[in-house]
Amino acid sequence: MINLTVNGQPVTVPDGTTVLQAVRAAGVELPTLCYHEGLAPYGACRLCMVVITAPRHALVASCAYPVEEGMVVETNVPEAATARHLALEFLLSRCPQSDVIREMAAKEGITTSRFGAPPPERADELCVLCGLCVRVCREAIGAAAISFIGRGMERRVGTPFDVQSDACIGCGACAEICPTGAIKMEDQGNKRILHTWHTTVELHTCPQCGRFFVPEPMSFLKEMFPEIEDLWALCPECRQQRAARQWIEQRATSPV
Amino acid sequence: MKVHSRSDLETLRADGLSTLYPSRLKISVGMATCGLATGAAAVYDALRDEAAARGLDLMLIATGCLGYCQQEPLVDVRMPGRDRVLYARMTADRARELIADLARGELPAEGALAVIPEEKEPPAGLEPAGGLPLLNELPFYARQRKIILRNCGLIDPTRVEEYVARGGYQALAHVLLDLTPQETIDEVLGSGLRGRGGAGFPTGRKWQICHDAPGQPKYVICNGDEGDPGAYMDRTVLESDPYSVIEGLTIAGYAIGARQGYIYVRDEYPLAVERVTQAVARAEELGLLGDSIFDSGFDFSITIVRGAGAFVCGEETALISSIEGGLGEPRPRPPFPATSGLWGKPTVINNVKTLATVPVIISEGADWYAAIGTENNAGTVVFSLVGKVANTGLVEVPLGLTLRDMIEGIGGGGLNGKAVKAVQTGGPSGGCLPARLFDLPISYETLTQAGSIMGSGGMVVMDEDTCMVDVARYFLGFTMAESCGKCTPCREGTRYMHEILTRIVEGKGTPEDLDLLEEVARWVKTASLCGLGQTAPNPVLSTLRYFRDEYEAHVVEKRCPAGVCRALIRLVIQPDLCTGCGLCKRECPAGAISGEKKKPHVIDPELCTRCRMCYDVCPVGAIEIVK
Amino acid sequence: MPLIAQPPPPAGGALLAKLHAINAEHGYLPEEELRHAADELNVPLSQLYSAATFYAAFSFKPRGRHTIHVCLGTACYIRGGEKLLEKLETTLGVKPGETTDDRAFTLETVHCLGSCSMSPVIRVNGDTYGRLKADRLPRILKKYRGQET
Repeated sequence: MINLTVNGQPVTVPDGTTVLQAVRAAGVELPTLCYHEGLAPYGACRLCMVVITAPRHALVASCAYPVEEGMVVETNVPEAATARHLALEFLLSRCPQSDVIREMAAKEGITTSRFGAPPPERADELCVLCGLCVRVCREAIGAAAISFIGRGMERRVGTPFDVQSDACIGCGACAEICPTGAIKMEDQGNKRILHTWHTTVELHTCPQCGRFFVPEPMSFLKEMFPEIEDLWALCPECRQQRAARQWIEQRATSPV
Repeated sequence: MKVHSRSDLETLRADGLSTLYPSRLKISVGMATCGLATGAAAVYDALRDEAAARGLDLMLIATGCLGYCQQEPLVDVRMPGRDRVLYARMTADRARELIADLARGELPAEGALAVIPEEKEPPAGLEPAGGLPLLNELPFYARQRKIILRNCGLIDPTRVEEYVARGGYQALAHVLLDLTPQETIDEVLGSGLRGRGGAGFPTGRKWQICHDAPGQPKYVICNGDEGDPGAYMDRTVLESDPYSVIEGLTIAGYAIGARQGYIYVRDEYPLAVERVTQAVARAEELGLLGDSIFDSGFDFSITIVRGAGAFVCGEETALISSIEGGLGEPRPRPPFPATSGLWGKPTVINNVKTLATVPVIISEGADWYAAIGTENNAGTVVFSLVGKVANTGLVEVPLGLTLRDMIEGIGGGGLNGKAVKAVQTGGPSGGCLPARLFDLPISYETLTQAGSIMGSGGMVVMDEDTCMVDVARYFLGFTMAESCGKCTPCREGTRYMHEILTRIVEGKGTPEDLDLLEEVARWVKTASLCGLGQTAPNPVLSTLRYFRDEYEAHVVEKRCPAGVCRALIRLVIQPDLCTGCGLCKRECPAGAISGEKKKPHVIDPELCTRCRMCYDVCPVGAIEIVK
Repeated sequence: MPLIAQPPPPAGGALLAKLHAINAEHGYLPEEELRHAADELNVPLSQLYSAATFYAAFSFKPRGRHTIHVCLGTACYIRGGEKLLEKLETTLGVKPGETTDDRAFTLETVHCLGSCSMSPVIRVNGDTYGRLKADRLPRILKKYRGQET
């Protein structure tokens, strides 16, 4: 175990923990956008900046920095706060229409940005380029249907050639993980449409009620995990009804 | 043949000596990219054809770069029994005359720059004919000490035999046959060598960390992604002396316990890619790469990776991502590559010049190297001295020389006698230092304290006609375009700094903009993920620190003191000086100049883009820049 | 562990080498070739596409028969590289990244060709021209046009 202090308060965390995890373990709040406990640290949004004053002085992104014995972490000293505030102010200027960013900024007392507004063609920008969608699709799902395209200010996320992706399995993890709701996905009939990725996948039909539920390309999971074969047989609602029926039948035959 | 032992090296050496110092007439033409850019290929062809036509027995060699680029194309004439003479600024026509003279047994005086002394077989009595100075007495060379560039321009870079003849591969034989990996690391540690890529981390320490790190396999990478605009020493070494880098990389591999090395070469350097590829193939053929080198049981191979035009790939974690097969996106450090690098394995990344130095340290010893330069700044560094300076070229000097020694001594001062105002070191990661700081001795620490960095060695001289605000905007335009876009400060911050600087050079800036610029610059410097972002503000911060008056002239008086910023100047033709030659009219890209032949011309301010082309071409200086 | 099993990563540098090979053969990266290459290297298409859009060396548009790179490195910039660019823009009638209508020339800028001591420089195909003044440009262009007839 590693002992450190966060804002003067002692915390003990397992070795291999990041400073961010230690900060949160100490009950101190820090905003993050590109961090997710299920994915490798990425260090891109630079919101979780903290100052460590021991064993050496440094301004670091806490999400990607490992704890050390005797480390002293300060989250509210001016150096850390300024770094966070400027990042928020710039993200606000990038995505002025994002409620998430506006709220996050407001929490730190920032309501307007001095750094201008996005150009008209990107006025409704919600993507902060945190990369969670790209990483979850690649690292957790393994589909790698989307990636970063271009670099610098031109950087964005998309499918190759901005057309229907053959690799997308329609799982929706990207939309689920996106912190700002930038990814538009909807189910229409037997289709799941991932508008942002110009991609449509077919949904499996429930043999009982005819409703559409899981995306067809995800059927590979049946082979990987035979124990979930049953999940494919019925939609969640029908499965629930079946379970309820089974329970009632069971109660009827063997009362408590 | 295969090299198995030191005696096999001797065979190669003898072969190399026979072409390095042949008993017949030998002419070497500097044909690295600099030479080629100024017509060396035509010179080479003319020499070959004229010699053939005259039946002159001649050994004609394409060699690398001697560093004195200002004088390219350079032709080195070695006539047995005579002084070895270096001819400068050669043309195809003069090359033909040279052959005619040589055919008569004469060494012409025209274009002769200096006599090249030969270390191996000094000709009897080095009394230069016609009062020619020795090469190492020229002001450009007098204070130089060549370690990294030891072979550049002196050997045929395609012949390993000549590399061996000048001491090459002795170091590799020594470490593989006589030293343990730890003893090899100790030697490099003891030399005090620091990474020549710019950050100056002690090379031996990096090797030690990687050597001690758990995990197999390990990798060594030569970083030849020299992206700093204004710097080209790595290109020169790769083009002119590729085996020195290959030998250094092999030694590094042995020291840390790696069997696989990579050389990552910048895409914009096609000749370097070609030379290194050829050299690796030849080393493999000779068994200097491959299985059990020198029958020592040590296996090592090298893969060449050609970059694809991304400055950020010079950053070591981005370079690793690029080799692994994706975009060159930096990763947070720690973990450092020495413990977790390529595919998560311990990896050493060294710059081209660092690796080219290693064989010399092994051969001459740590103490010998440590005695060169100053304390904590041992050895030599190579600078590319370019921009508004009289003598441009590659310069290798011991650390500790002053900027003035460099710019005024070696560089010969400003171009066309103009006053030098500043020097920019370290490329887009560095800063602009004013002339009043030119007495600073060059070291990693002094340059950093002054607000610049050593960097990989770019040294761009700026004179009174250079606008420092425009220069800052230029660099931010560069980093903005080269930012990978991963982290918020670098992506959004460089874009915004560029926006402010554009406002200022367009005369739309306010004094408040300067404060905002500084605030954003400090944030980008401290909060960015990788070295690119962390150093991107340096050109802004250093110019704000040393040339604030220029910024103020732009934002307060709406004036560009250097007469560069287009929105703040006007160009007019002085009618009393204009001879009506029409040259400006012909060259004006905007078609803004009109006038009859032999009568004063006029510039239409509506059409004029203030590119100053007319100012450059006017033979009588009739164009006035109204600031 | 990702849900979908990942193939082993390609050999070091293999991906860039493949993109260079396609680019050299076609002068740009045609979509079909890229899809094919992803299969061949056994990497996700998105990875290859991402790299292809990241690097300046690759283009998705067909190129002219000759590519002109105007160097805008620091030394070239302060010694007038921009003027060369402007002259080429007006002479050829294209902006950087564009190709002339007759497909003879593609005009590009580059951040440094490493020929700083010869600044300003341009590179046409593989040939570097140093110590350049704008008035030499027409002759250089003519040379490449001449090679075609």
